[in-house]
Amino acid sequence: MTFVDQWISWLPALTPGLGVSLTLTGLCLLFGMPLGLVLALMLEGPVKMLRAAALIVVEVGRGAPALVLLYLLYFGLPEGGVTLSAFATGVISLSWTTGAYASELFRSGLAAVPAGQREAALTSGLRGWSGFRYIILPQAVRISTPPLASLAVTIFQTSSLAFVIAVPELMSKAYALGSITFEYLSVFALTSVLYGSITLLALAFVRLAEQRLSRHL
Amino acid sequence: MFAQIASGAGMTVVITGASLLIGALLGLPLVAARRSAWSPLRALATGYIDIVRAIPPITWLFLIYFGLPQYALRLDSVSASIVGFSVIASAYMAETYRSGLLSIPRGQWEAATALGLKFLPKARYVITPQAFKVTLPAVAAYAISLLKDSALASTIGVHEITYQAGLASRATHQGLLAFSIAGLLYIAMSVPLAVVARRVDRVLRRKLEVA
Repeated sequence: MTFVDQWISWLPALTPGLGVSLTLTGLCLLFGMPLGLVLALMLEGPVKMLRAAALIVVEVGRGAPALVLLYLLYFGLPEGGVTLSAFATGVISLSWTTGAYASELFRSGLAAVPAGQREAALTSGLRGWSGFRYIILPQAVRISTPPLASLAVTIFQTSSLAFVIAVPELMSKAYALGSITFEYLSVFALTSVLYGSITLLALAFVRLAEQRLSRHL
Repeated sequence: MFAQIASGAGMTVVITGASLLIGALLGLPLVAARRSAWSPLRALATGYIDIVRAIPPITWLFLIYFGLPQYALRLDSVSASIVGFSVIASAYMAETYRSGLLSIPRGQWEAATALGLKFLPKARYVITPQAFKVTLPAVAAYAISLLKDSALASTIGVHEITYQAGLASRATHQGLLAFSIAGLLYIAMSVPLAVVARRVDRVLRRKLEVA
């Protein structure tokens, strides 16, 4: 089983990369999810200017490939006089992607709250923001949670793109290892196993949590 | 600069179109296996679909482009990316077909059986026309996401939009402009797909409601 021995000997070289991938994913979710909620509120809100601004951010974030956004910020920010590390650029760019996709999920969650709830809030004297904040929003967030969890798993996969701007994450560690050992097939197979097992585990967890939560609906 | 970046659009379309077509065809036996009554075949298909989708596209491309030549299967970057995206598309298309099939009430299968139709005519005349209506918008949505994923082919040196934008940004030092053009090109290319899908969806929905 030289194959397995080889993989075990490579793991120490890849695990720091996996750590960076997970950190990147975590930060993107931390910034991207609230961004998505804010964008959704701007899109649903009454202010036309905010709506237009949010629409552009969301449509570009969803319409352009994540890879192009990554390059756009990586090459574009320094031209605007902002110099950030590759990692910070990756976080900003992928948070944009996360926020754009999350905003759509939040919006469909908001739309899924029955109209009766709005009316009930009004009759309870909860008008405007307070009715929205205490009656509508909690239900919408609850409805959006399962698709948002799936999005989180997708973002972990998307974090592999940060490779192209030289963030030292799993893919770039794997590529470096491949170019030293010339065992590309084996290295990328191991990388696939790492990405795949984490993704499948996370998805199984999401499905389990979803079943648990839906018991109370 | 615009002309240079737009010159990559053809390659983007070729990769997206070819992968979508191959993936759509491979998805058919895959969904048949996924719904097969024989459990080992079903497990195999489910495993394939789950595993393919669990691995990031860029890892697939590198596996095929850098990994396979080790065992003498040397593909040029265009074929490697078409092979990679076809594998990915086959899994997603199979899932798309499956959700289309699931949307058809059991009664339709039973009614067709009661009419004495064999499997093939049943699939051809009863199930497929109905599943098609449900599946088409989902296929269009997947086509758009495949179009965006095709940007990854630039990482293995396919001369498509993103690759050309990279060249242009290095040549002119105007990365912001170059990649803005590239991003807008992708959006512009996905708009017609979305519009057509929405129109077809609305027409079909109207027909379904009448029926």
